Amino acid sequence: MHELSIAMSIVEVAQEEAKQRGVQVHAVHLKLGALAGIVKESLLSCYEMACGDTPLKGSRLIIEDVPVVVFCPACEAPRSLSSTQLFCCAECGTPTPRVLQGKELEVVALEVE
Amino acid sequence: MSPEPRLVEIRKNVLKQNDLIARNLRERFRAAGVFVVSLVSSPGSGKTEFLEKTLTLLQPRYQVAALVGDLATENDAERLARSRAPVKQITTGTLCHLEAAMVEKALEGWKLNRLDFLFIENVGNLVCPAAYDLGEELRLVLFSVTEGEDKPLKYPTIFNSADVAIVTKIDLAAVVEFNWQVALGNVQAVRPEMPIFKLSARTREGMKEFLEFLEMCLVQPRSAAPSGRF
Repeated sequence: MHELSIAMSIVEVAQEEAKQRGVQVHAVHLKLGALAGIVKESLLSCYEMACGDTPLKGSRLIIEDVPVVVFCPACEAPRSLSSTQLFCCAECGTPTPRVLQGKELEVVALEVE
Repeated sequence: MSPEPRLVEIRKNVLKQNDLIARNLRERFRAAGVFVVSLVSSPGSGKTEFLEKTLTLLQPRYQVAALVGDLATENDAERLARSRAPVKQITTGTLCHLEAAMVEKALEGWKLNRLDFLFIENVGNLVCPAAYDLGEELRLVLFSVTEGEDKPLKYPTIFNSADVAIVTKIDLAAVVEFNWQVALGNVQAVRPEMPIFKLSARTREGMKEFLEFLEMCLVQPRSAAPSGRF
C-alpha cells in the first residue's frame, strides 16, 4: 500500500537530520501509533528498499508501537482501549471518541556515530 | 577503533511536509470562505454517484466544485461534469491516496473565493487515505449496504479519521438483507458519537437531510464540523 512512500519519508527525515549534524546513522527510532494506518511488517520491509543507495544504506528501523489512549468521560482520565474495534474505556466500558494517543508516526531518535 | 554509537533525540513527524501543506490549504480555504469536504470509501461504494447528485442538488443555490482522485481513468470527472459544476481530475498513477500537494497543485489558478463548497473525492481505498490531511474541514467516509455491515470493524482507522459516516445505496438494503442495527452499532463501536446519514443517491432518499447538514456546516463551520482530527 502506501508503506513505501512512508518509508521514503522516514529516510528523508533521517537523512536531513544526519546531514545537518554531520553524522552517520545506524538506526532510526520510530513511534508508530495503532491508528496511524500503517502495517508495521510492510513498513519494515519497505525501509530497506527506501534506504537504497542513500547514506542510510544498511541502517535499521526500530519501531516502538504506541497503543491507543482515549479520554474516558466517566473516569475523567486517560484510559486504554481493549481493541481498536471498540472505542470504549477498558476500565468501565464507557464509549468515547476522544483519542489522546495512537496516531503517532514520528521519528523520535537516531542512533549515530 | 570506531566510536560508540550514540542516541540523538529528534521529534519529527514523518508526514510533516504533507501536514504543513494541508495546514496552509485549510487557512486558504477558510480565508476564501469555501467549505471543503473530502470523501473516502472503498471502490464501488457509490462515491461518484453520490457526489454527482450532491453537486447537482446544491448548484441552484451554491457555487460548488470538485476535485476527483483516481488511479488511471478520467471517467469519474466526466461523470461529475454532467452536474455542470467545475470538476478537475487528479490522476494519481499508481499512488493509492491523495496528498495535500496534489490538491494544492490541482487548485492552481482557481478563484476559491467564488466557491461555497469544494468536494475532494479520494481514490477508492479504505486504508491509505487515512493518514493524509488534505486541508478539508469535513471528511466523509462512505460505505454501501452491498458491502456488508462489518466495514467499520474491518477499517477502524479510516472511520476514526473521518467526521461523518454515510451509508449509501439504501434502496438495495432489503434485497441484501442489510442489518441496520448491526451496521450502525459497528460505526458507533469504532467511532462513538459519529453522525451517520443513510441515503440513496439514485432514489434521492435521505439526500435532503444530508444537504441540510452541509448547509448548516457552511453557516457554522466550526460548530457543525467536529475538528481536531489532525
